[in-house]
Amino acid sequence: MLFYARRYPLGIAGALILILFVVTALLAGVVAPFDPLTTAPKSALAPPGGRFLLGTDMMGRDVLSRLIHGARISLAVALGAACIGSGLGCLLGLASGYLGGWFDLIVQRLAEMMQALPLLVMALVITASLGPSLVNTIIAIAIPLVPNVARIVRANVLALRELPYVEAAKAIGLGRMKIAVFHILPNTLAPLIVLATAQLGSTILTEASLSFLGLGVPEPYPSWGRMLSESAAEYIRVAPWLVIFPGLAISLVVFGANLFGDALRDLLDPRQAH
Amino acid sequence: MAPVLEVSGLNTIVQSREGIVRAVQDVSFSVEAGKTLAIVGESGCGKTMTALSLMRLVPSPPVKITAGSVKVAGVDLLSLTEREMRDVRGRDIAMIFQEPMTALNPVLTVGYQIAEMVSMHEKLSKKAAWDRAVDMMRHVRIPAPERRAQEYPHQMSGGMRQRAMIAMALACRPKVLIADEPTTALDVTIQAQVLDLIKDLQTEMGTAVVLITHDLGVVAETADRMIVMYAGRKVEEGTTAALFADPLHPYLRGLMGSVPRMGGTAQRLQEISGIVPPLVNLPPGCTFADRCSMVRDRCRTDVPPFTEKRSDHAAACWETA
Amino acid sequence: MIDYLLRRLGLMVLTLFGVSVAIFLLLRIVPGDIADIIFESAGMVDPAEKQQIIHDLGLDQSLVMQYLHWIGGLLHGDLGYSYVSEKPVLQEIAPRIPITARLAALALAFAVATGVPIGVITAVRQNSGLDYLLRVFSLLALSMPAFWLGLLVLMGFVNWFGLLPIYDKAPGTLGAWVLMMVVPAATVGLRSSALIMRLTRSSMLEVLRNDYIRTARSKGMPERTVTYTHALRNALLPVITTIGIETAFLFGGLVVTETVFNIPGIARFLVEAIRWRDYPMVQNLVMFIAVIVVTVNLLVDMAYMIVDPRIRLRG
Repeated sequence: MLFYARRYPLGIAGALILILFVVTALLAGVVAPFDPLTTAPKSALAPPGGRFLLGTDMMGRDVLSRLIHGARISLAVALGAACIGSGLGCLLGLASGYLGGWFDLIVQRLAEMMQALPLLVMALVITASLGPSLVNTIIAIAIPLVPNVARIVRANVLALRELPYVEAAKAIGLGRMKIAVFHILPNTLAPLIVLATAQLGSTILTEASLSFLGLGVPEPYPSWGRMLSESAAEYIRVAPWLVIFPGLAISLVVFGANLFGDALRDLLDPRQAH
Repeated sequence: MAPVLEVSGLNTIVQSREGIVRAVQDVSFSVEAGKTLAIVGESGCGKTMTALSLMRLVPSPPVKITAGSVKVAGVDLLSLTEREMRDVRGRDIAMIFQEPMTALNPVLTVGYQIAEMVSMHEKLSKKAAWDRAVDMMRHVRIPAPERRAQEYPHQMSGGMRQRAMIAMALACRPKVLIADEPTTALDVTIQAQVLDLIKDLQTEMGTAVVLITHDLGVVAETADRMIVMYAGRKVEEGTTAALFADPLHPYLRGLMGSVPRMGGTAQRLQEISGIVPPLVNLPPGCTFADRCSMVRDRCRTDVPPFTEKRSDHAAACWETA
Repeated sequence: MIDYLLRRLGLMVLTLFGVSVAIFLLLRIVPGDIADIIFESAGMVDPAEKQQIIHDLGLDQSLVMQYLHWIGGLLHGDLGYSYVSEKPVLQEIAPRIPITARLAALALAFAVATGVPIGVITAVRQNSGLDYLLRVFSLLALSMPAFWLGLLVLMGFVNWFGLLPIYDKAPGTLGAWVLMMVVPAATVGLRSSALIMRLTRSSMLEVLRNDYIRTARSKGMPERTVTYTHALRNALLPVITTIGIETAFLFGGLVVTETVFNIPGIARFLVEAIRWRDYPMVQNLVMFIAVIVVTVNLLVDMAYMIVDPRIRLRG
């Protein structure tokens, strides 16, 4: 483990940041000094310091507590979406690459269609059609991830399919399903993990953007993105901490995810020949 | 006649994770104008590293030239600044490489790649440089050179690409040409053509040629003198005729014996047992000791000196006289 | 090459067709009839009037008929009418398009102009202090939400100039316009700039490992020539295709940036249309975006084919 720390210090730093946020999110109830939802109009717009470490918002809610609980929501949504999206994409890519034929063709055309739209726009449209809710937000972020994952997994499968040991497995009579799961899947896992980690950052950002536009995580769940939209125009002058801290939280988590993802990719990429 | 190229005590090391690799150890040789010297040895023996060291093209953080001198027409290249060295490259000493497809830039026309060098070294106008490039391509017997000069490397055949490389290397008429395995990647029929071309150009321009190869047949055809390298060291040196007639060092003897010969009864090819030792932890004594059929105790403890055994024929071996 | 082009165009049409069907259906999944919403918000109670509204909006026809009606109109330039403003969709969209287009172009120009040179520098000075610094900085740029960056910029404006910048009116000259737009353009473009920088860097590093770079040096070419004429020309090829993909990302950034800076462009309009459940508007806007993305991708691929001599001239 120390070996990795020396070679990939940034990656370890990124992992630590992520762990910090995840732990905070899991222990939100314990760590947060105040209840994020109770309003206290008398302490509205208090600057950072004293009781309220990061200040309060326009309804007197403690910013720090809202940030901590917001971590829970934002991370849950992002992780959930990343897992669902990657998982679905992986299945589709596996099936598409291994089965081939008309299934492959249809999936490919569908993937191309989905890639004609930018990520955020697609998420917006899905949210628009399904209505704003926590679950719908997760779905809206997960679905745009599928075509990219499917494409990469499919390419991997196509390359692996031709390898001799797969031929050997077929020769001893192993069914297609078994081959796919036991032989091909394990070898696509490494690039898949790298891909999923790389997408973690972008799913967090997408959730934040959706919530910022008011089309993501709805009330009463605290979300970093929505915290920024609530405070935007009117309070920029008087309460800059309302703008700085939530955005800082988002940036930090995504930064950690990116650092970790980069290091992971450097580690697992077979083309690292020095 | 004073030799055009004089290499003396060249030492090059590679700093690797496992330790320091002495890729070139105390290598010395010289070449006269219009003559060809072959450097022979198997992969990893240090011949390419020697060639790159002559041009100071070694990748500088891991590789370092630590000692020696490389004199071209009296000027020691190792003492020049990088700026001065850039003027020397291409103008006084040039190199052609093994794989012409990867050695030429795929997005620049062949004519451009030749002309840019001429233009830079001789301060010619764009038009004059281009004409020279076309001229040089004609010189290396590329048909329809005006058209070919406007083509890209991928549009040419392997043999033509190698000729283009030769044209590029010799466009400024350098005094020394280093050819690193110039024919290894080519078909046998093209090989002969390219070698003849180099020979003809050499006669015309009086270039000294250093030919790096592992192919003894090529050496016999083209080289006046040859040196044999093993594990970074020079182990035998002399005229080609002498070394072929009477190989002294056991390594060379083994190489000669392993070349299949036409005619005569078919016999089992002689092989040299063992493999080249890892260059990081070289054993004390002669590096060939483990594979040598004539090995004695002294061979394992003391490095044999490079001594002249016959007239103009030297080798590094305790056992050969 | 021509039949490749035709095939691509055919695929494009197929893709766009699929997108149109998908968006059409997607917008009609949701329960909650638009007629109900209009009905209630207008305070009407008579069911007959509701029927009238339904009929007016063509909602009493089958889905297939509605779809064909839309697509037929689309091909004639008639995009239907907005539910909200009751004006023709085209009339609402048309003036907003140039605003977003110019902003996108400026953002892309900024991204390329900053990303490529920095990428080259970090590649040439690999593993130096500057390299690490710029790489960390680029990762930071990729981690910041675009809208937060915009908010911070606005905050800066308020603190230093005491006012919020307004983007409603377009100034006369190009120069004045660029000056006005440079801030939001840089905000949107920062992310793309970081991506381009990273790609240029890795592409350059790979190119610099090639044999022909060694050949160029063996000819005595100066390092500057080696870097720009020999290396960069090869390294930029994959960057060109990325610019196509970037266009899609750019749109996402434009959506939030136009919202933050209050720029009356088409991206912000999409969000508004979604909020107001103005389906005809959303449909057409999404189609428009899809057409742009697909077309840019095609153009970029074609550009790549022209620029790379290995493809242009199949020897």
